[in-house]
This record gives sequence, structure tokens and C-alpha cells, in this order.
Amino acid sequence: MAFESLTQKLGDIFKKLRGKGKLSEADVNQAMKEVRLALLEADVNFKVVKDLISRITQRAIGQEVMESLTPAQHVIKIVNEELTALMGSEQSKISFSKDITVIMLVGLQGSGKTTTCGKLGNLLSKEGKRPLLVAADIYRPAAITQLQVVGEKLKLPVFSMGQQNPVDISKASVEYAKKHNYNVVIIDTAGRLHIDDELMDELSNIREAVNPSEILLVVDSMTGQDAVNVAQEFNRRLALTGLILTKLDGDSRGGAALSIKAVTGCPIKFVGMGEKLDDLEVFHPDRMASRILGMGDVLTLIEKATQDLDLKKAKELEQKLKTQTFDLNDFLEQLTQVKKMGSFDQILNMIPGFSLQKLKGVEFDDKELVRIEAIINSMTPEERSNPSIINGSRRKRIALGSGCSIQDVNRLLKQYDQTKKIIKQFTGMEKSRKKSKRRFPFFGL
Amino acid sequence: MSFFNRLKQSLSKTRENFSQKFDNLLKFTKKIDDETFDELEELLIASDVGVNTTLKLMETLRENSKRIKSPEELKQKLKEEIINLFPETQISLPSPTIMLVVGVNGVGKTTSIGKLAHKYKSQGKKVILAAADTFRAAAIDQLEIWGNRVGVDVIKHQEGADPASVLFDALQAGKARKADLIICDTAGRLHTKKNLMEELKKLYRVCQKEYPEANITSLMVLDATTGQNALIQAKTFKEAVDFQGIILTKLDGTAKGGIAVAIASELKIPVWYIGIGEGIDDLQEFDPQAFVDAIFS
Repeated sequence: MAFESLTQKLGDIFKKLRGKGKLSEADVNQAMKEVRLALLEADVNFKVVKDLISRITQRAIGQEVMESLTPAQHVIKIVNEELTALMGSEQSKISFSKDITVIMLVGLQGSGKTTTCGKLGNLLSKEGKRPLLVAADIYRPAAITQLQVVGEKLKLPVFSMGQQNPVDISKASVEYAKKHNYNVVIIDTAGRLHIDDELMDELSNIREAVNPSEILLVVDSMTGQDAVNVAQEFNRRLALTGLILTKLDGDSRGGAALSIKAVTGCPIKFVGMGEKLDDLEVFHPDRMASRILGMGDVLTLIEKATQDLDLKKAKELEQKLKTQTFDLNDFLEQLTQVKKMGSFDQILNMIPGFSLQKLKGVEFDDKELVRIEAIINSMTPEERSNPSIINGSRRKRIALGSGCSIQDVNRLLKQYDQTKKIIKQFTGMEKSRKKSKRRFPFFGL
Repeated sequence: MSFFNRLKQSLSKTRENFSQKFDNLLKFTKKIDDETFDELEELLIASDVGVNTTLKLMETLRENSKRIKSPEELKQKLKEEIINLFPETQISLPSPTIMLVVGVNGVGKTTSIGKLAHKYKSQGKKVILAAADTFRAAAIDQLEIWGNRVGVDVIKHQEGADPASVLFDALQAGKARKADLIICDTAGRLHTKKNLMEELKKLYRVCQKEYPEANITSLMVLDATTGQNALIQAKTFKEAVDFQGIILTKLDGTAKGGIAVAIASELKIPVWYIGIGEGIDDLQEFDPQAFVDAIFS
């Protein structure tokens, strides 16, 4: 995850401090030197690093430290607080206007505006809004088609007028939205350099023409030191209302996010976390800071679980668990529910103390799920509800049907058996200790 | 306009930023002392050269600083050191060559391919493009538009098709039409996506198997605004498709392009081309001498 390597680095530094009872000024300076390097390597802008370090040092050497916990823990706390403060203390939402909310997406080429446009539309329509996507990138070949394809996939309407003036397109789109009862208009503008006067003027003109409630700068999280220049210039010209950080599912340390926030003061509103069109999340600065310090992101995980798991199905499953009629149908159901939450490494990353770094070499292949699905789908309904009848020749047939080897089928059946055993233990526990409420279904794999 | 001037012009922002600061720095520094070095260090880091490479450069400078008297000499020395970091660039594309173009999302692969196709077509080569980015919406259309613009054939399937089968068809077409150069566009992928990197390896294997007599050249496209993550990207892509060179794009912004120095220093991978604009001609062969000169002049 984005800040994982930074987490590890800070961890290593503070491990050295942890053994000590108190901190001398030299200790703090040594640690700060390393924090500085780690932050610089994480692409945090050097000016921002300077400020941050001086603030942390001041607080760390000051009297505060002496009264508290252990000094090393206190330094970690200070770093955490300063990082959180830098990223903004609370999450910031889209501000909707009463009638039609116009959102402009702007940014450099290749930062991910068009994809984000689709993702944002999708997110808002899930919240009950009626979004209209507007294709105002008339320069890049096939950009309009790209947005149209994205819109089609998401079943969202796309407004386009071919290669006409983007200002006219934007104006017309708002009219169109009024007429057709859409309440959010998301304008996908062309990627441009912040030093390109002509194109930057075009953006100001669009802004004047449609008076957007939100102007969001889409920023690639892998951007280096230049991120600050870009953001400052866009902010100066357009008065940005927020940022969307993309490609955060890579392993860039995402220092650009910190820098831009520090320099422009614009809040980060969303983060793009993957290639799928629903991989856009609301940004939680406090959680992000926790992630830097290796505390995991349980809140997001829970949110994902409640959003994606079908509650009714979960109830049914719970019933089945209690009566112990858990069969392969349920097994498959359980798998698809987990799958809905995202890829395995995405989920694992949110669990505290579960850094993927520790699990180097262990692969979480989402294709495994596909294989399991294929195997179960190749069984007859009878076999699924009563797996004990699956004998040698049935196994052979299932293997052929699913394109797997017999060993794969055997492995699946074994996994199922083990899962069933675990369930037995669970339900047994519940019987013996009626008070304990274990409602969360297992993720047995 | 000569290559040097053109490069200089499009790098002027970089140059102004960099050398202005540098000159300011030198103007007010009468003697070369620790502060000079600290500020130089900051300058390099601010250009995305990266901590490791910067420290290395500074160390070399410091070692020689006793013999260096004037700030002007120091500047010259730093220039030399940076140029020395770049490995020799040898661009050779014997006919037939298959060129796999790879990189993370949004770095400018398709655009660079359009420019490359134009470049080699005007040199009289027969070029075929393979639209193997079947993932991103409308990527195929985008390449096709470039194909029409340049006037070269584009081999394509529909969106969602297997990239390997697109490449396979392109290779067959290349053989049949006696193409000198088959350029294969690939979907942008983050280097951390294991399965997508495996897909790239497969494309490489398809080339080896289906057209063994062809020379396979892979190029990685890198956005000049990218920070230190570019090093890991380059390492991972190198493992997957063993690319020989880098196309450094978007150098016409204010991005300092220092990451090219870091990659040259740490991975010994040369830059082949640089992208300096949106026009069809805005792709130049990389010349470290000119590059560094343009930054410092």
C-alpha cells in the first residue's frame, strides 16, 4: 500500500529509539535525519519536509517528552500527529448545491481524469444522485469514446458534442442536465500542462461559464517533487476545492499527497485504489496517518464489509451455520461475498499488523477464487448440497467440466471439510457459551 | 531548428528553474563551504534526482572540492558527474524488430507509439502497430487514430480480447507484409499487479516463439513528473520484459526530469527517447550531453 514502505522505515528508525529510557537531543536529531530521508524518498516536497522536521524536532526535544509515556513512543505520537495535521484532520465531502451540482475534473495528462470521472459518477449514483458525465476532452484522440465506453459499462449517461469548444460543451451540458432532470454534472476536461497558458485559460472560461461547486484536481500519487508546482498553479488559476489522488494501489509512497495538501490547503476528497470502476474511496486523512504508522485500516475494512456484504444473505448463512447444514452452495456464496469486497491483498492490507511486506513470497491469487467457482459450478445440485456423495468418477467428471485437475477438486473438497469443522467449533462454542455473540461469519479459506 | 535548440527550448523551464537557482546560489556564495553543498544537495533533490543519487554525487563533489576553487568550476564538475552517470545509448533496430512498449497507467505509451511510428515511417521503414491494450476503454480507437494520422496499419481485436492473440495476429501480419518494425502497445499496469506482469511476460514469450528470427526490443515509457517510485517501476518491468531503454515523456512541463539521472545511476538503464510535446514530431533521441547542457546552460 502507498505508505507501507514509509511505515517500515519509520518503524526501523524508532526501533532504535525504543530501547532507550529517555531521549537526548542527539537521539532526536539522529532520528529526525532518518525521518527526513524517508520522507524525501517518499517524494514529499523538500520544503514541506523541512517544515515538518523542524516542527517535530521542536516538540520532541521540548519538555513535553519528559512527562509522557516513554520518550520514544512520544516521538512516534508527535510524528503521527504532525502527519495527520498535515493531511487535514477530518474527511471532506463533496459540497452539493441545491439544484444542479457541477463538478469539474482537471489535471495533467495521464493522471486518470477520465477513469476517475466514471468512478465518481458511479459512487454518486450509488448514493442516490443522478449524475451526467460530460466529455469535454476534445484534444486527446478517442478520449470522448473512452468516456462513452466507461459510461456504458456503468449505465451512466454521457453528454458529448464531438470536437466543439469545451466551454460550449460544458454550458450545453448543464442545460441538458436541467432538462433531463440530472442533479450532478461531472465534466471531464482534457489533460494539460499547468504552464500552458492557452489551455489554462480555457479552464477558467469553463469555470466562469458553469460556476462549478467543485473543481477537483486529479493527481497521480506517483508524482515527484513537481507535484507542488502543478497544484499551486492550478490552484492559483482556478481556486481548487479539492484533490483526487489516483493510482494509490501501487507501491508509491504517495508523498505528493502530503505536499500538495500542505502547500495548497486543498483537502484530498477521494482516492483511486484500483482498476475496477468502483475502486474509488472517500479519503480519510486520520486513517491514512494511522496507516503510515502501521496501525492498519480497520475502519475502511468494516465499511467495505457492511457495504458489500448482503445482509440478508449473511443472516441466512448464520442460520445455516447454526443448524450446520452448510453445504457447497453456501461455500460458493461465501466466496462471492468476499470477492465483492475487492482483491485479497486489498483486504489484507487493511488489517492491522498484516503488512504485505511480512508476507513476501506469499501470493494471493484472485484467480484461485475463479477456479473454485468453476469447480463448484461443475457439480450437480445434488452434489453441491451433499458433497459426501462425490466419488472417484464424479471427481473425474467435475475436474473435466471445470478444466482443472482431480487434485484441484480434491483440494477444494478438503478446504470445504476444514471450513465445516471450523464452523462446528464455532457453533459448538456458541452453544456452550450462550452469551458470547459471534455474529461475524468466517472468511474460511 | 536544430535538435539542440529544440531540446533547449522545451527544457527551458527546467533550465531556468534549475540554473537560476544555481546561479543565485553561486552569486551569493563567495567561497565554497558546507552550506554551498547543502544547498546544492537540496537543488538536486528538488529535481527528483533522489536521495541516494544525490548523496553519491555530493560525495564525489566533496572529495574533489579541495581542488575546486570557483563556483563555476563546481558547476562544471557537477555537470560532468551527472553526464558520467548515463550509460552509452545504442539504438539499433535491425529488420525485423518487434518493439514491446510497456509502462504504468497514464505515462503516454499510446502517444509515444504514434510518434515512434511516424519517426520510423519517415525513415522509410514499414511499420505495423499492434493494439494489445485491450483493457482500457477506447485505447484501441486511440491507437487507430494515430495509425491513420501516421499512415501505418493497426492490427486490432475488440476490447477485452486477449492481448497475446492480438500480438500473435500482428506478428503474422508483420511476417506476411514484411514489416521492418512491429510496435506493440500494451495496457498500462502498475508494476505491483503480479498477474498483469505475468501477462507481459507472456507477450514476450509469444514474440520469442512466433517470430524467433525477429529482434525483440522492449521500451519502458516513464512520465518525467514521476518521483522515486519510478526506480521500482523500472526494476520490476526490467524483470518482466528486460527492456533496453526508456522513453521519458512529458519533459515539456516543469518537471525536472531528474529521475532519469537516478535511473541511469542506480539501474544503468539508458534513456532512448524523450517526449517534449503533444505534436507528432515531439519525440527526440536522448543525448545526455545535450540534456545536461540544456539544464545547466
